[in-house]
Amino acid sequence: MPMRTIDGIGQTELRITGETLPCDMVLLSTSDPTGVAYVQTVNLDGESNLKTRYAKQETLFKMPEKEKVTGLIKCEKPNRNIYGFHANMEVDGKRLSLGPSNIILRGCELKNTEWGIGVAVYAGRETKAMLNNSGAPSKRSRLETHMNIEIIILSLFLITLCTIVSACALAWLLRHKNELNYLPYYRKKDSAGEDYNYYNVGLEILFTFLMSVIVFQIMIPISLYISMELVRVGQAYFMIRDTKMYDEASNSRFQCRSLNINEDLGQIKYVFSDKTGTLTENKMEFQRVSIWGVDYSGAKSQIEPVGYSVQVEGKVIKPKMNVKTDPELLQLSERRNDTKEGRHVYDFFLALAACNTIVPLVTDTSDPTEKMIDYQGESPDEQALVYAAAAYGFMLIERTSGYIVIDIQGERQRFNVLGLHEFDSDRKRMSVILGCPDKSVKVFVKGADTSMFGVIDKSLNMNILRATESHLHDYSSLGLRTLVVGMRQLSASEFERWHSSFEEASTAVIGRAALLRKVASAVENNLCILGASAIEDKLQQGVPEAIESLRIAGVKVWVLTGDKQETAISIGYSSKLLTSKMTQIVINNNSKESCRKSLEDAIVMSKKLMTVNGVTDNTGGSSEASPTPVALIIDGTSLVYILDSELEEQLFQLASKCSVVLCCRVAPLQKAGIVALVKNRTADMTLAIGDGANDVSMIQMADVGIGISGQEGRQAVMASDFAMGQFRFLVHLLLVHGHWNYQRMGYMILYNFYRNAVMVFLLFWFVLCTAFTLTTAISEWSSMLYSIIYTSLPTIVVGILDKDLSRRTLLKYPQLYGAGQRHECYNAKLFWLTMVDTLWQSAAIFFIPLLAYWGSSIDISSLGDLWILAVVILVNLHLAIDVIRWTWTTHAVIWGSIIATFICVTVIDALPSLIGYWAIFDVAKTATFWLCLLASVIVGLIPRFVVKYLYQYYSPCDVQIAREAEKFGNLREVGDVQIEMSAILGPQRR
Amino acid sequence: MSSRGAASSSGGPQLGTSDSSKRISKKPKYSRFTQQELPACKPILTPGWVIATFIAVGIVFIPIGLASLFASQRVVEIVHRYDEECVPPIFSGDQLAFIQSSITNKTCTKNFTVPKQMKGPVYVYYQLDNFYQNHRRYVKSRSDKQLRSKAGELDISTCKPEATTGNNSPIVPCGLIAWSLFNDTYGFSVKNKVLNVSKKNIAWKSDQEHKFGSDVYPKNFQSGGLIGGGKLNASIPLSEQEDLIVWMRTAALPTFRKLYGKIETDLEANDEITVVIQNNYNTYSFGGRKRLVLSTTSWIGGKNDFLGIAYLTVGGFCIFLAIGFLLLYVIKPRPLGDPAFLSWNRNPSGIMN
Repeated sequence: MPMRTIDGIGQTELRITGETLPCDMVLLSTSDPTGVAYVQTVNLDGESNLKTRYAKQETLFKMPEKEKVTGLIKCEKPNRNIYGFHANMEVDGKRLSLGPSNIILRGCELKNTEWGIGVAVYAGRETKAMLNNSGAPSKRSRLETHMNIEIIILSLFLITLCTIVSACALAWLLRHKNELNYLPYYRKKDSAGEDYNYYNVGLEILFTFLMSVIVFQIMIPISLYISMELVRVGQAYFMIRDTKMYDEASNSRFQCRSLNINEDLGQIKYVFSDKTGTLTENKMEFQRVSIWGVDYSGAKSQIEPVGYSVQVEGKVIKPKMNVKTDPELLQLSERRNDTKEGRHVYDFFLALAACNTIVPLVTDTSDPTEKMIDYQGESPDEQALVYAAAAYGFMLIERTSGYIVIDIQGERQRFNVLGLHEFDSDRKRMSVILGCPDKSVKVFVKGADTSMFGVIDKSLNMNILRATESHLHDYSSLGLRTLVVGMRQLSASEFERWHSSFEEASTAVIGRAALLRKVASAVENNLCILGASAIEDKLQQGVPEAIESLRIAGVKVWVLTGDKQETAISIGYSSKLLTSKMTQIVINNNSKESCRKSLEDAIVMSKKLMTVNGVTDNTGGSSEASPTPVALIIDGTSLVYILDSELEEQLFQLASKCSVVLCCRVAPLQKAGIVALVKNRTADMTLAIGDGANDVSMIQMADVGIGISGQEGRQAVMASDFAMGQFRFLVHLLLVHGHWNYQRMGYMILYNFYRNAVMVFLLFWFVLCTAFTLTTAISEWSSMLYSIIYTSLPTIVVGILDKDLSRRTLLKYPQLYGAGQRHECYNAKLFWLTMVDTLWQSAAIFFIPLLAYWGSSIDISSLGDLWILAVVILVNLHLAIDVIRWTWTTHAVIWGSIIATFICVTVIDALPSLIGYWAIFDVAKTATFWLCLLASVIVGLIPRFVVKYLYQYYSPCDVQIAREAEKFGNLREVGDVQIEMSAILGPQRR
Repeated sequence: MSSRGAASSSGGPQLGTSDSSKRISKKPKYSRFTQQELPACKPILTPGWVIATFIAVGIVFIPIGLASLFASQRVVEIVHRYDEECVPPIFSGDQLAFIQSSITNKTCTKNFTVPKQMKGPVYVYYQLDNFYQNHRRYVKSRSDKQLRSKAGELDISTCKPEATTGNNSPIVPCGLIAWSLFNDTYGFSVKNKVLNVSKKNIAWKSDQEHKFGSDVYPKNFQSGGLIGGGKLNASIPLSEQEDLIVWMRTAALPTFRKLYGKIETDLEANDEITVVIQNNYNTYSFGGRKRLVLSTTSWIGGKNDFLGIAYLTVGGFCIFLAIGFLLLYVIKPRPLGDPAFLSWNRNPSGIMN
């Protein structure tokens, strides 16, 4: 079939399978006679399951090759909503509505469909894919933000130094004003008697100032930014390569999607977690069912899952997944319409099989007589339900936009799908209107219990309603996800009324969603309850342990879920987030005033609980120590009134007193709102972790966003900063890698400030001896290579490889994570201490040689060589004192840098064109040189060494004690790794 | 027709295994490097270590300090400031006029006694104070290319304001450094016997061989209106002009010495030395002082007690610290790595934030 290229919007085009679409197009017809096209939207939202798109029945058989098709498509302005599309099309005088299911977006691929014909509606930049291409908001690490303040302080230092030099130069010039012409080392006048290179005092001072800025500019560590990037790449490499963070099940490694917030992982105070797919596996298992007031618990009977299969055209078809079945129910379902019970069972499973958006895909298996049916759909709940229906003999075989085929106990039946009201978060239910083979029209509805009980006809079957309600309560207290199913037979007049309003609503361009919702609510009422299903949402492996670790580490875990309160609480218990010791404060309100009242009450109550126990705060520490921790449970309805109002502050006050906060029934934007609530009110770092599209806003809002590469597609991963396979990796990520990253980065920044400042001060001291004229004793080459070769590599290698504590210790004592939360590795106090140390060290290496050589015949280059060697050895030894783990790389790089400096200085001094020719060879022959080198380095390091020792020994921080315990601690605590270490160490130091 | 069977239940797992064997596992390979478990040495500042370190530093530093102090004490040094004395009393009000005048007699004779025996070679230095040879304008005012070879004669762009003569012919050697060449001379005699001052090998061999060309001869030197200092013999190549080479190794600090020559003979104690100084060099314009220095040498160079004192101080301080730490350790020891000291064990309600 020929391909026509598109020249612009509105051109008809052809597409073949497997190619990526270049524009957004409305489907006209496909190779499938029913007009279905399967598309893969992996480029768009990352979901790998196939989605169905439909061509309109009216255009299905129009072939642009054979006849001219004329029509008019009116569509809304280009927007970025990839799940919404409103348009209508006029073909042959008929007005047809177009929705999101009729459009294929740029970046999608056709699958299982030979070809499709469509009309391009949006192209180029206006396609939804491109409009969504804004990317995640750029995040900057907290450490870097703090660092920028210190960089401003350093800039002020720089300006101060330059001002001092300029002022001194001014004084000098004024004092020697009359001598400038004769001074042998100044000589203002040249041979012609004119001023040479001299303007006036003002300009001279200006030049001095500018020149001093140039000489001292390395005070601002530009190279630090590059080093930081390199270190982060290194850290990311180790995080990605960590076998402890590899998920076997999804075969996925840890992913670093953003490279500039690695160190933030070490300072997290709040974790906001999604529930479904994050704490739980999002692998739904059909567990229990209540039909017509009778509870059938398949799980109890412990029957091995039995495959159900049907034969079609001589081939056996069976579903991909098998479901545990209840034998009693199985019998009932096989009996079909014979009894009253059977009738209800029939309707119930018919509803499960029909009322969904699942697409059955029949695929070949290795056995030629067998085919496999795979249910593809966007909701895992629906998948579980359809598989369950299939297991009970209601196998969905085919679905098109017009009808579905269900194999009921071996008998194929075709139902016309007259209308489908998709699930939306307002109604919290979906419904399908089926034309049954016996010409009756039925509406099947399934949805969340709260929304369903509102539309169920309460006058009918009160007993059954009550029984179902109690079953639902049981199910949700077990942590099961429940859905209620109802149905109603539509009379002809009712159907007609519905049909006309549905047609009208679905062709509307403006406000279609609201209109459709109205139509749906009109038909979804007075339902007869059929029953309820319960699906188990399995907890992910290691979640309770991970939450416990995080809690001990002083991280507050908040769970934000769209689930019901009961489900959320039961998951809270099973994940050890809630314990029986906790006092629960529940806030469920329907108005602002009642919210205010309950918040106030809750605050009073939490205060009372705190004071009774004499504990003011229980954020860190063990749970035994603080007798009554408080858990806050709040639902989305209350949050509607609280967020974005003055009650926010009260909620925050309350929440910060609670050790656990559970928010249920929250909408995606509310999740972001809660994150913002905490983020804007504290300086503490927040982390959001989630796996679904509904977590994207929260992931982007939090300081650190983590995506779980799970079942619900990849939008969360796309929006996240880090992505991993399992929730439990969070412990390794935060407690181990986060701690390391923070410690390394914090130290590296301080060290880089120190390293550059010590050089600047050295230059500054010398300038004071040169009549303030900014001569540098150190050769230009050496000053340039200082931060490139002489001292750069050790800090990067230490920044990547150094480790204050082993993984084992960090996991054993999660409290050690507090070091990052308390900013122990980088804070203003440390900065100023470092600067004082810098001043001392630079003075030591400057003044010792100065006094030793005062009034001697030393030349400027020799002294410069001495200084550069001294400063390089000093800064490298300074690093060596602070290195915690000496691996061979650390040795190589630190001693290598010192050796490299000697080599470089030698090479520079072997160039006859430079002023310092042969100076190092000459000066290295003298003993004074070596004595000065030794003395200046030792004297420079003594104060730091002393302070470090006194601090570590007499006021040790937790990290220090843990480090000692790692090395000397009682042997039962020391693991095999540590024993190996001490064997390598050889003789014990003490 | 429908059928149920145990056999059909194996369909799922089968597909699963074939699926996973097809895809390549992305599991990171275990290595001690990637898992950050490289063997490492983890030094900790234990009291033993620290005290031992300080004692070691003390033990190394104190002998070095003593040795260098001793060496410095053994150096015999005669320093004689002559800039004031060598101006005749009538010019004491206007020293500048004296030094700038071409008719005044600049010869000045001084006597001093040798305090202790000075073993040869005795180094003769001149010392200048308050002379900024490291001044930026000064340091840059030279042309290494011109000094190195005849071909670079015209390379004078860096030499201003002493680059060319009035009629634009280049000065060799150009620049302020050469222009301000020190030109006082000293003649020594003991008991009316002239002491020979050797001016050979006072410059660095490396400079003579590679920085100052043997084919470069002084040209137009010191011919301008302002005379900065010494003149050079135009028939001797620069590589042989050792005074110039010494002078052009610019000093690091504003108070500096430069080697004038060597007296190869020993000077006995109480010898009366007579120095005839040609006081030509103008330091009066900026209040610079001139000194004549005779000094023997030792392994630490000239006479300088600073290093010895510094080493003794640091060494003593380290020993003091070591003793202090030892006492502190005995009085108030802390068991290393005792989990009881962890903050959450000390403070049961957890860490207050």
